[in-house]
Amino acid sequence: MSTRMHLLAGACLSATLLGGCAMQPWVKPYERERLADPIMSFERGSLAEKSREHVRDVREGARGATGVQGGGCGCN
Amino acid sequence: MCVKVRAVPPACKEAAVAAIKRPARWATIARQLAGLLGSLFAASGARAVDLGADKAELLYHRYDGGGVKASGPALLLRKSVMDKVAVTGTVYVDAVSNASIDVVTAASPFTERRTEYGLSADYVYRDSKLTLSTSSSKEPDYTANRVGLDIAQEVFGGMSTVNMGFTHGDDKVGKHAEPGFKATATHWQYRLGSSLILTPRWITSLNLEALADDGFLGSPYRVAYVFGAAVPERVPGTRSSRALKWRVVGDLGSRDAMQVGYRYYWDTWGIKASTLDVTYSRYFGDDWLADLTLRYHSQQHALFYSNNAQAETLYVSRNRQLSTFHDISLGGKVAYTIRKVPGQYDVTLNGALEYVQYKFGEFTDIRTGNLYSYKASVLQLFLSTNF
Repeated sequence: MSTRMHLLAGACLSATLLGGCAMQPWVKPYERERLADPIMSFERGSLAEKSREHVRDVREGARGATGVQGGGCGCN
Repeated sequence: MCVKVRAVPPACKEAAVAAIKRPARWATIARQLAGLLGSLFAASGARAVDLGADKAELLYHRYDGGGVKASGPALLLRKSVMDKVAVTGTVYVDAVSNASIDVVTAASPFTERRTEYGLSADYVYRDSKLTLSTSSSKEPDYTANRVGLDIAQEVFGGMSTVNMGFTHGDDKVGKHAEPGFKATATHWQYRLGSSLILTPRWITSLNLEALADDGFLGSPYRVAYVFGAAVPERVPGTRSSRALKWRVVGDLGSRDAMQVGYRYYWDTWGIKASTLDVTYSRYFGDDWLADLTLRYHSQQHALFYSNNAQAETLYVSRNRQLSTFHDISLGGKVAYTIRKVPGQYDVTLNGALEYVQYKFGEFTDIRTGNLYSYKASVLQLFLSTNF
């Protein structure tokens, strides 16, 4: 098989696999009513979350991966 | 397939035009590839990313513990333009009265004020959301500027959202009563995360963040102890950190929900930390929503941390934030919907109170020689409206 055919086969395989990503949702839109409720949110009230994370960031040695962006300060 | 859900994406149009101009064999292949790629766009385009409602938040926050009181107002305003762009502006004020154990044993209590301004813009295109943000924080001896870019993309027909982003920060460090002291610090943060709908009742998320700091990373005021003598602390000029957080939230079926989160953190200074939080939320009637949160944090000390070093080393610090300690907190939050007109606006009054107990394993109160511990409270009162 020529190099061109290898490339073509690779492109087709990649496109097919990527096409596999277009899978059907396993939870239908009409089944997502409960998930849309505010009680299911990881964060509610962006200012309050930011303030709480700020309090923790300046007193603990760990930080990051909370989904809340800190603004930076000289509070340490 | 490209036009089944929405207008033909530009990539499909270009592929189709290119196919017409080339020999028939390549035209067929190009059409097939365009169709496959088009199916990707079409499938993920079943629903668009939500830009979110316009909103305003007014917050009063107060921290009180360990001799430190920090309080002040904060304001957030968010307005969308043509359903494509939303602009958010924030102001956050910290009025600090500091008589912490570091301050009373090595300096004099002081008061200062920190003001942070933030501005961000969200742009939505199909299933993607692009966020550009910037902030500036100023206090008498410290200035911190940040700029960030985040991208969120819905995939699998809205079943999952993949997000990534970075923040770059530049700090200018000064020292009270020493105008000649000037230092800088640079910060990079890289984020990668994903949330996933598991079932009609459960959602999970995983976030990874890598942080890189460079420059003056200590405090110009803090002292360490070497053979019992006070010396200025010396910390490395670089720090590389990683944090991985997993969360899951589930509907329990009686208008209540449970959320669990765990974060593992590690860095090149030798700190390893685990943080676990559990939240139970429940509606009471139509207008009340209450949350109860229990959080536990535990960490190991940095390699160069010492309560009282017994050897001369290149780096030494007595920053209790870098020591071995744990804290546990219990917090409650209540939200009351004052008024709600479905599809138009809602106004909610929120109150949150959290008690925290810090217990240090290596940091002593030099006045008594005992291991240090203290309690703190965090109060938040805020009014929010979506319109």
